[in-house]
Amino acid sequence: MDQVLKIPLLSVVTFLPLAGALLLLFAPREREDWIKGFALGVTLIDFILSLALFIYFDEGRVGMQFVEHIPWIREWGVSYHMGIDGISLLLILLTTYLMVLSVLSSWSAVEKGIKEYMIAFLLLETGMIGTFCALDLVLFYIFWEFTLIPMYLIIGVWGGPRRVYAAVKFFLYTMAGSVLMLVAILTLYFLHAKATGQHTFDLFALCKTPMTMKTQLLLFAAFAVAFAIKVPMFPFHTWLPDAHVEAPTAGSVILAGVLLKMGTYGFIRFAIPLFPAAAHKAIPWVSVLALIGIIYGALVSMMQDDLKKLVAFSSVSHLGFVMLGMFAFTMQGVQGSIYQMLNHGVSTGALFLLVGMIYERRHTRLIASFGGLAKVMPVFATFFMIVALSSIALPGTNGFVGEFLILLGTFRANPVYAILGATGVIWGAAYMLWMLQRVMFGPITNPENEKLRDLNLREILTLVPIVIMIFWMGIFPKFFFKKMDVSVAHYLKEVKGRQEMVLNASEGPLMARSERGR
Amino acid sequence: MELFKVEILGKDFLAVAVEAILLAFALGVLLLGVILKGEGRRYTGYVALFAYVLAFLPLFGSLGRPYEAFSGMVSVDLFSLFFKVLFLVIGFLVVLLSLDYTAREGIAFGEYYALLLIASAGMMLMASSANLVALFLGLEIMSIAIYALAGIMRDDARSVEAAFKYFLLGAFASGFLLYGMALTYATTGTLHLRAIADKLASNAAFRSMPLMIVGLGLLVVGFGFKLALVPFHMWTPDVYEGAPTSITAFMATGVKAAAFAGMLRVFFTALPALEGHWRELLWVLAVATMTLGNLVALRQEDVKRMLAYSSIAHAGYMLVGFVAGGELGRAGILFYLFAYAFMNIGAFAVVALLGRKGAPNTLLDDYAGVGFKHPLLAVAMAVFLFSLAGVPPTAGFMAKFYVFSAAVKAGYYWLAVLGVLNSAVAAYYYLRVMVYMYFREPKEGIETGYPSFAGALAIIVALWGVFQLGIGPSGFLALAEQSIRSML
Repeated sequence: MDQVLKIPLLSVVTFLPLAGALLLLFAPREREDWIKGFALGVTLIDFILSLALFIYFDEGRVGMQFVEHIPWIREWGVSYHMGIDGISLLLILLTTYLMVLSVLSSWSAVEKGIKEYMIAFLLLETGMIGTFCALDLVLFYIFWEFTLIPMYLIIGVWGGPRRVYAAVKFFLYTMAGSVLMLVAILTLYFLHAKATGQHTFDLFALCKTPMTMKTQLLLFAAFAVAFAIKVPMFPFHTWLPDAHVEAPTAGSVILAGVLLKMGTYGFIRFAIPLFPAAAHKAIPWVSVLALIGIIYGALVSMMQDDLKKLVAFSSVSHLGFVMLGMFAFTMQGVQGSIYQMLNHGVSTGALFLLVGMIYERRHTRLIASFGGLAKVMPVFATFFMIVALSSIALPGTNGFVGEFLILLGTFRANPVYAILGATGVIWGAAYMLWMLQRVMFGPITNPENEKLRDLNLREILTLVPIVIMIFWMGIFPKFFFKKMDVSVAHYLKEVKGRQEMVLNASEGPLMARSERGR
Repeated sequence: MELFKVEILGKDFLAVAVEAILLAFALGVLLLGVILKGEGRRYTGYVALFAYVLAFLPLFGSLGRPYEAFSGMVSVDLFSLFFKVLFLVIGFLVVLLSLDYTAREGIAFGEYYALLLIASAGMMLMASSANLVALFLGLEIMSIAIYALAGIMRDDARSVEAAFKYFLLGAFASGFLLYGMALTYATTGTLHLRAIADKLASNAAFRSMPLMIVGLGLLVVGFGFKLALVPFHMWTPDVYEGAPTSITAFMATGVKAAAFAGMLRVFFTALPALEGHWRELLWVLAVATMTLGNLVALRQEDVKRMLAYSSIAHAGYMLVGFVAGGELGRAGILFYLFAYAFMNIGAFAVVALLGRKGAPNTLLDDYAGVGFKHPLLAVAMAVFLFSLAGVPPTAGFMAKFYVFSAAVKAGYYWLAVLGVLNSAVAAYYYLRVMVYMYFREPKEGIETGYPSFAGALAIIVALWGVFQLGIGPSGFLALAEQSIRSML
């Protein structure tokens, strides 16, 4: 009953882009329109298939759905274990949705190697969706690492002037973080095998591994660093502005919209459920870093003179909210956190698209070189306004729902954090509105801006779905929440139930304890 | 006079049938090289290729119970079978990539392929030795052939220099190894690997005898030279850079595999009782080898030289499996060697194909824009480099996963952490090649070679290996583990 018409839908959604990429390898290089159309078709079909996931997803059921579980490397207990709950479902939808828009937005922006560009994007899509579905730690790690390759190429080949530096920095930062996670995964695997005699990398089995507090903390730290680099949380964020600024527009959209979510998703799906007690202990650490991220990100945004850098730093701030809500461990906090992941994907993705559109026209992103654009590009200005307001979290837009829930949930857990976080909202409004004022309003100071053409049909088609989403998510959040209500409630129950369950180091060896654990 | 009673049985011949085929063909190829004239001599390569394929046949007959042949000289077990398969695959790939390379560089054909076949036979003898003498014999058969191969480009000063350096240091290494064997013999009174183990296990005094400890140290030094472990690695970059590219690929994969096979035999079959002594020593060597290899590779401007340092680092990763020990660690080395053979020969094949007569094109600058000039070749190179860096879903990832998991299992957390951090550092210099291939504009005036059919076939086989071991490693894992279990 999990599978619609006996089709392993999850695998199809995951690997369809890969199949598309392999087919594209054989496409004749000169037929550029054909290549673009094909890539658009693949992402569109993938999006429609993921809508099928959304429709057939049984929101009342606890646990994973569309599960596929096949042994893969028997010798090590690695299996091809895929499945989604309400949390991953929405992130998959976000991925397939943004991919369509990214391909659309690349239509005229990419000048060289369109074939390789599209192949890289399709490979990336498979990696991202796989990351959100994998329930086996090795499988997850493989998808996780695999996304590095196409993103590295996208930044490095089609990026801006400092692209090589940014691409290598992106790759090395993420890889350095994730290799430590690999050691932690292995340690966990052997701990589990020692305690239960069963060799497996299955997430749910490993969640039950008995551990001492010290072990939990160490392993949690290894996972947390890998994910925190990806999010990115405050001291690990330095790769982000470089990568964002140098990446091509669609690369920035996917980077901000989806890749960063892989970090936050990693916390929710892996780091916290695997090590609930350690996560509980880490609340003050993570929350303080998240708060620093919120405020620091906003302040640095305010000082940027480059539009793309401003949006990049605003990501640090927004993702701080996501982490804050997640570590409140309350229903509202976690729901808001997940909702904010989606919001950020939509709004920041849209901001990058808009910045890309103006960059295509003017070949500059400096705030100072604009001014009064609302007069020459009214359509563009309207879209920009709506998206910016959603990013500020104006009531009625998606951003409001997320940030409000996060602050509400955090307040119930720790009022001080919530109050500090709330100041971030003000800073956010400040830098966004100030930027809007300087770019859109006032007199046209630069003669080059007088003859800018407004958005064309394709660009409007790219932005309309986003505006619809902004209001839909802002006005009818119930539509999305009902898909994740059960999953989040179950997640919180599980995590909280096991927060106190640690082995006391003085209580004897692992083996003796595990008998009781089972 | 029991000692001198030698009985040679039919199954003794089956034990060395693969080596015999290779050696017979080696002689045939040598003769053919004299008989054939001019362009016709190219066919010696195809004959050698045929030899490597034909030599697979006897392997099917040797799958029975493990036994020792030639009065305890040669072991016939799955371990030796595994390595024979590996050496045949390496030989096959190296011949494929040599076919055009030798023609282009004007390398004497007959001798070249004959020496290649002889070296392969020596490697096999090393991997299947049950006795220190057989091991040494195998080592010398292999080494002497390779000294000659390294210097086969007689008109190229760097090739001659490589051969000379390799010969001098190799001879030293052999000396150390032989001395170590002699001291082992002096302590235990036997050269038979399992007999040494029995003697050491039953007599505690042997285990602490200074003679034995010094012998152990000399053995480590001897193997260390062959494996290019730090601090015995000094010869590697010059030799790898100067030798013909095809031979560099052969040395980096084949010689390394043979030395590891011999070392596994000696340390785990004969000297497990001294584990306490050699484990900590190898721990230090592993960390030094990985770290130094990677750090120096970061600064290389020549791809061939970079790959030489990278091969030092990879020996360090494999040594991690050695230190971890256990079935998992040892099987990890076997798997790693197989994975490394595919990805490294693949990478060298691309390097060889990009060169031309008189213009080796091995500098990083020469790789600028290759991604758009030779898209397929560059994609293949990218796959090999990602695999060397250990990025999934490639063989390199699974191999690292294997040895590091063995380290974690054995409780060597720090070794595993240092290993994975090293592989993150290594990613940088592999990425650098890709930066040049894809992110730089092609330089004017650099003419690169064109992929030939044989070279392309070598690359396709290597690509298949990289993905097979990366995505469906199950069969190879089972094979590696069974090989270790059946080790005599």
